[in-house]
Amino acid sequence: MRSLAGRLHAWSLGTLVVLILAWLPGCATTPLRGTGDLGLVIERTAGKVLVVDTTHRRILGEVAGLGDLSHASVVYSRDGRYGFVFGRDGGLTKVDLLRRRIVRRIVQAGNSIGGAISQDGRLIAVSNYQPGGVRVFDAATLAPVADIPATYGDGKGRSRVVGLVDAPGNRFVFSLFDAGEIWIADFSHGRTPVVTRFHHIGREPYDGLITPDGRYYIAGLFGEDGMALLDLWNPKQGVRRILPHYGRGERRLPVYKMPHLEGWAMAGDYAFVPAVGHHEVLVVDRHDWHLVRRIPVHGQPVFVMARPDGHQVWVNFAHPLNDVVQIIDVQTLRIIHQLRPGPAVLHMEFTPRGEQVWVSVRDADQVQVYDTATFARLAVLPATHPSGIFFTDRAWRIGL
Amino acid sequence: MREDNDKNFRFLHARPGAVLALVCALFSLPPASTAAPDAARRAWLDNLLAQDCGSCHGLTRKGGLGPPLLPGNLAGKSDALLVKTILQGRPGTPMPPWNTELSADDARYLVRQLRRGPMR
Repeated sequence: MRSLAGRLHAWSLGTLVVLILAWLPGCATTPLRGTGDLGLVIERTAGKVLVVDTTHRRILGEVAGLGDLSHASVVYSRDGRYGFVFGRDGGLTKVDLLRRRIVRRIVQAGNSIGGAISQDGRLIAVSNYQPGGVRVFDAATLAPVADIPATYGDGKGRSRVVGLVDAPGNRFVFSLFDAGEIWIADFSHGRTPVVTRFHHIGREPYDGLITPDGRYYIAGLFGEDGMALLDLWNPKQGVRRILPHYGRGERRLPVYKMPHLEGWAMAGDYAFVPAVGHHEVLVVDRHDWHLVRRIPVHGQPVFVMARPDGHQVWVNFAHPLNDVVQIIDVQTLRIIHQLRPGPAVLHMEFTPRGEQVWVSVRDADQVQVYDTATFARLAVLPATHPSGIFFTDRAWRIGL
Repeated sequence: MREDNDKNFRFLHARPGAVLALVCALFSLPPASTAAPDAARRAWLDNLLAQDCGSCHGLTRKGGLGPPLLPGNLAGKSDALLVKTILQGRPGTPMPPWNTELSADDARYLVRQLRRGPMR
């Protein structure tokens, strides 16, 4: 018969083991928190992303092993926990922001430019240069769902695909750079898309965007002046050209970096877009799409982004004039401030309500945070060759 | 409008003579193309090649909007053609002319780096 002391001893050991077992997984879990103030910053040469916290303006950690991120973008799951990172090398990586690790990663093509998540959050679409087309994956598992080759002409060639966005009705809309076409892939009836093609939309669409209400898809044209507009409420009306005459007869400057039409700088009655090959931001009336004004700016705009309240528009510029950011006041359409964050300002991202903007300064290896009311610099965070900055509030915005 | 950093150039507006003197001084310097790029210039060119050329051709030079630029892709093309492409661009494509900021020697250095292939 065991002594009382022995039994007690065994009991304590058992308790200890149970306590240790309970404590161990506790080590691996992060404290409970939401993700609404988190985001990812691309470190383009390191193949990494930084997980950042916009409330405390700090870097929480990094996730490595994402391949060639020389051109990269991120969309978010609707719960804001997972970022889907699209890399240049065809990589599609699902990153868990809370655990700060890769959940799943596939290399789905040879060369990619961007992607989108469907309205219902179940599908991830990637636009590819090589092989030209769009591939669609299950958001939960990254298992393949659909392949949409961007064939054109005699059906043998495949176009590079740009400007891929999600649209209401579980649709994806994208442009074919080489073919001069816009396609709608409709996944509202299941996993086999119904594809609608619009031909002759203009030469060399280089990027596309959708208005925040999901109604208008607009492709910028590189091969000619103007933009192509598709009303997704009335697709049977076809694609029409807007701004066909800006810059006509004027010498276009060499373009050292393609403008990006991410988001849609819409503020008041106006939309703001970068002019291709000109040191100008174009102001367009969003009711009839006529050109209201050409605002002369520091260089060729790359990103033209409205602060979430629509009171200001922030602009960065192409190489070699890419050390400057200018801010346009929407009421007066004048430049009210200029910042010089440093060499190679690549991207800007506003916090969800716009009190801060985060700016990546590639060749300074910094992300800088500015107060958008005072233009004071609030923080400087170290990052290796940072490029795109993506906050989780994109999860709840059409077209991002 | 407020500017943070244009003070350095403000004197130019006030004194047109200063601009003329500066321009004359610039043109009296030996042209950049007479000398191979020095170490600082080479570092700048390497960064340009990786980052800005990489925007279209990929960091690993496997291509993007622009074609791949790996040694195998360039094997059949002469140095002269590549230098000309860098300096004058390719009209009808998005490839811009880089002679606005690169000399012929800069371009020749870039071609040498391209033929070596990406680092690692």
